[in-house]
Amino acid sequence: MRIPLSALIGLVMTGLFVLSALFAPWIAPYPIDAAVGQVWEGPSQQYWLGTDTIGRDILSRLIYGGSVTIFVALVSSLLSFGMGAFFGFLAATRGGWIDTGLSRVVDLMMAVPSLIVALVVLSVLPLNLTVLILVMGVLDSTRVFRLSRAVAADIAVMDFVEAAKLRGERQGWIIFREILPNAMSPLVAEFGMRFIFAVLFISTLSFLGLGIQPPLSDWGGMVRENKDGLVYGKAAALMPALAIAVLAISVNLVADWILQRTSSLKGGRGG
Amino acid sequence: MHPLIKLVAQRIALGLILLLAVSVVIFLGVEMLPGDTAQAILGQSATAESLANLRESLGLNQSAAARYFNWLGHALQGDLGKALTNQQDIAHAIGQRLGNTLFLAACAGGIAVPLAIALGLIAARYNGRWPDKAISGVTLAMISLPEFVAAYFVIFLLTQVIPILQPVSMVFPGMSFFEKLHAVALPVIVLVMVVLAHMMRMTRAAILNVMQSAYIETAELKGLSPMQVIWRHALPNAVAPIISVVVINLAYLVVGVVVVEVVFSYNALGQYLVDHVAKRDLPVVQAVGIIFAAVYIGLNILADLIGIIANPRLRHPK
Repeated sequence: MRIPLSALIGLVMTGLFVLSALFAPWIAPYPIDAAVGQVWEGPSQQYWLGTDTIGRDILSRLIYGGSVTIFVALVSSLLSFGMGAFFGFLAATRGGWIDTGLSRVVDLMMAVPSLIVALVVLSVLPLNLTVLILVMGVLDSTRVFRLSRAVAADIAVMDFVEAAKLRGERQGWIIFREILPNAMSPLVAEFGMRFIFAVLFISTLSFLGLGIQPPLSDWGGMVRENKDGLVYGKAAALMPALAIAVLAISVNLVADWILQRTSSLKGGRGG
Repeated sequence: MHPLIKLVAQRIALGLILLLAVSVVIFLGVEMLPGDTAQAILGQSATAESLANLRESLGLNQSAAARYFNWLGHALQGDLGKALTNQQDIAHAIGQRLGNTLFLAACAGGIAVPLAIALGLIAARYNGRWPDKAISGVTLAMISLPEFVAAYFVIFLLTQVIPILQPVSMVFPGMSFFEKLHAVALPVIVLVMVVLAHMMRMTRAAILNVMQSAYIETAELKGLSPMQVIWRHALPNAVAPIISVVVINLAYLVVGVVVVEVVFSYNALGQYLVDHVAKRDLPVVQAVGIIFAAVYIGLNILADLIGIIANPRLRHPK
């Protein structure tokens, strides 16, 4: 199997991000919350990416922040994936009122942009990690639902599914042993898209001050902390912004490659 | 009745039902979540007595359904209630800001739409060659950026590296039209970047899709230049999908506007929403949320309608 250059770059970059997130406490040169230098120092030998609004090392905070961003995005996209795929398959195999009911609920949820729904919901709920992950996961599961329902509906009419039904297999068997293995490849590519979307979503929420709360801090929150420096020509806010962009583009490259390799099915993104 | 009118009427009715359902979800869904408005206003240290008083004065003791219909009845008459935090009239506050938001979105849309279609046509004309690859590569990178990240790169570039604009967009009621245009230049550039990529890619895809038809081959064999083929034969047939993508992306501006307004401290609806989410001012959040939802649903229905009207088979039924 030949991997194209763009996908290889994407894989290596994504791998680096994941490794630095996993081993954050060992890699980061300074502690996350220690003011070690002057305010908004430029990049130097001592502080590779400079220091932030109260003199903390940006590289260290970037590494710790990355683990928060990646963790939240990963868990919420796993949640949206599990929920969306399960209900999507259920709707496709059962049909009838279950399908109609679930589809209408999803239509309703997708009639409003997720950011607006998230803002409305977060104005009532307490702001903590669990709530954020649940809200993001549930909102995003609608897109997975649509994709997996469409994919499963194509598979559910195949002869081998019919055969399994005639054998008298249970619903669970049909979903997990007959449909899921055949729906895997478009779903894996979609997972990449959902993960990027979750990264952008949590970063946007944190940037608006409604995501990860201090003392924890993620990349979106770091942009928010340092944004005032830009007016004085201090580039500190651009470092976390750049990290978000590079991670998103790397995962995009990998997902694009998987998509092209497996099928022409494309799920929705954005919104 | 003409079937087209019937279809259009159906879609509009469907949209109204959807909007009503969304208002129920935004109003009642928020009720079902754990959390108490009175507690949120007074904080954790509130006494039971003051909580009970506040609930009484806010009408929180009535049933949820009663409060919903009460709220809906007032909202339909243009009365959205008062903000919990400062007792200001919400409809008045929204009225002041809605114009600013629409101005920003209209400027961004006015630039992004023609630019996206032009770039899409160029990319389709040079399909597979370097102009196509360059345009597609840049737009793919732009799709991957969240609005606020794009915004700060643009701010740094245009206020620090090449200092030609100011990083904050203030608009006052007394400003002339051109002063306003100058003030919103930066946020407009960012919004254009955000919606341009998707529109351009869909335009390119729609044109390339049509380019495989037999009549395009005929036009090419007739000796028309590639640009003439696209302009005269491909574009008119790709107009329906292009317009519907354009409108859907204008709906996406609704989300982009919220973030971009916060970045540039632009005093409009998005900033108003985010401020009051942080203050947990529920009536404001509900009202503004429903306005955003209504615009979004309205534009999506418009995209649907244009798709129907642009289809000659539906316009002239047998």
